[in-house]
Amino acid sequence: MQVVVLVKSIPDPSGEAKLGPDFLVIREGDGVLDPGDEYAVEAALTLAEASGGEVAVVSMGPANAASAIRRALAMGAHRATHISDEALRGADALATAKVLAAAVRRSPFDLVLAGVESTDGYTGTLPMTVAEMLGVPSATFARKVEVTAGVARVERQTEAGYDVVECALPALVTVTASAAEPRFPTLKGIMSARSKPLEQLALADLGLSPAEVAPTQRVVAVEATAEKGPGEVIQAGDDDAARIADLLAEAKVI
Amino acid sequence: MPIDPRDPLDVDRLLSDEQRQIRDLVREWVDANVLPGIEGWFERGEFPKEIAKELGALGLLGMHLSGYGCLGADAVSYGLACLELEAGDSGFRSFVSVQGSLSMFPIWKHGSEEQKKEWLPRMAAGEAIGCFGLTEPDFGSDPANMRTSARRDGSDWIVSGTKMWITNGGIADLAIVWAQTGEGIRGFLVPTDSPGFAANDIHRKLSLRASVTSELVLDDVRLPQEAVLPGVTGMKGTLSCLTEARFGIVWGALGAARACFECALEYSKTRVQWGKPIGAFQLTQRKLAAMSVELEKGLLLALHLGRLKDEGRLQPQQVSYGKLNNVREALKIAREARSILGASGITLEYPVIRHMNNLESVLTYEGTNEIHTLIVGEALTGLRAYE
Repeated sequence: MQVVVLVKSIPDPSGEAKLGPDFLVIREGDGVLDPGDEYAVEAALTLAEASGGEVAVVSMGPANAASAIRRALAMGAHRATHISDEALRGADALATAKVLAAAVRRSPFDLVLAGVESTDGYTGTLPMTVAEMLGVPSATFARKVEVTAGVARVERQTEAGYDVVECALPALVTVTASAAEPRFPTLKGIMSARSKPLEQLALADLGLSPAEVAPTQRVVAVEATAEKGPGEVIQAGDDDAARIADLLAEAKVI
Repeated sequence: MPIDPRDPLDVDRLLSDEQRQIRDLVREWVDANVLPGIEGWFERGEFPKEIAKELGALGLLGMHLSGYGCLGADAVSYGLACLELEAGDSGFRSFVSVQGSLSMFPIWKHGSEEQKKEWLPRMAAGEAIGCFGLTEPDFGSDPANMRTSARRDGSDWIVSGTKMWITNGGIADLAIVWAQTGEGIRGFLVPTDSPGFAANDIHRKLSLRASVTSELVLDDVRLPQEAVLPGVTGMKGTLSCLTEARFGIVWGALGAARACFECALEYSKTRVQWGKPIGAFQLTQRKLAAMSVELEKGLLLALHLGRLKDEGRLQPQQVSYGKLNNVREALKIAREARSILGASGITLEYPVIRHMNNLESVLTYEGTNEIHTLIVGEALTGLRAYE
């Protein structure tokens, strides 16, 4: 089984994200593999190991996205495609979906996996757009993915619990952070990554023109979230329980 | 442009991408798996033995050896891994040194094909733990005069003696025991479940508390001919192992020192006296500058030795330069850091006194500071002053 994982390099979440004057995230220094995507990589590796298949990761991003791709390879992915092009700077979700769909379409695939949404942009629309462009069904919010006889069986998380969804392959599935914990890469994974195929593509290699990926959205303003005030400390005393009950009622908890 | 206090001389650029990735992954692993538990392990005097398999899965055990399930990394990568492990705790680096350099290395270098196949894959995976029995209660710097002896009995060997200060002794599955024989000092592979073998852990240590240190007692342990390391006779066998382990210490000690330096630097910027951070006072800055200069010098020395090792040119005397300098300076850095932290520096809330106490062991094990001084002295003069 050929499994493709869409991965994204994001600025280190433990650092402070900075925005440029055009409100785009400044992507300097090494990026990290989006923690949400690690769940998709883990699910892909598990499926490929069970079926004797291979995992390919596909990522669009600037040159420093390479460290995120290497992380996926060190976890065990077999090959990678990195699409980088000056014309893609500021690409919106639709343009990114066009690029990723074009890259995925270049080789036969059975299953495309992705995180639910990116940890830096949170658009959450990209995977389904890619599925639509590829003309395959998409099953979202999977906490578990199994494949039997060409059919993906997905436990789709809901507010109440989970639905069981099935669809024929090829398909696209987004994986949540309730899926299996991502494996920690190994030193062997790092060392064997250097002999794995890493394909570097530009826009023209995908048969796309800059006009086709010109962003149709732009960020016009960014505002800081309001700072939270200090909490209220209720001292033990005569009316402490009443005050706590009032606060709970105010929060509509009781 | 401001310099990065964590890498002021940009030593990073001297490393390959792969070496940096290996270093970063070990650091990430230590942050997630060692730092959260280390205060408790140190305080209770425990080594979490179950972590051996995780170290094996990561690929750290015997990582600089090739084949037989070993990673086959270069010497610089191994050194960087030792540094990051010891930035967690010297006990963890000691475990990995003893497993990879003192237990797996002699089998890999001097062992028979059968010995390699039997032990190395399990040891690389952390499923079997090794220890190295050279030092004795009365023979530390002078191991050539050891009392432990092996005599032949038909085709078997009978080994008797006592080994002391043996890291991993009480948790080991296999002990590499060095003994006098009629034909010189030989190494023996002694499974620790052999009749007549016992390990007694040493308690009441105030250093390397997150590490098992034991006495090994061999009371007429009977071993088959296949238990002897066929490839080497005499002290050169033990020296080859010690050189490997000392190489790891050259790097490892810098990890402990870096952890102390970073802690002291942070503390100096936040601890306020007379209305300003103590890092704004000249005496503190002199300490911090001296610590950073020595750290960077030590790192460049380690990297140079690592590159010599990767070229196959590293001499034991050159490793002595590194062990002598880097452990001495690491201990000084730890003590300076302790003084910057004031009273806070004596508690386990901060890593400093733990590293400082650990480094007291690192200063004397694997060749004392004095012996390494005399090895350098001998290398310079051609005159041996230590016997």
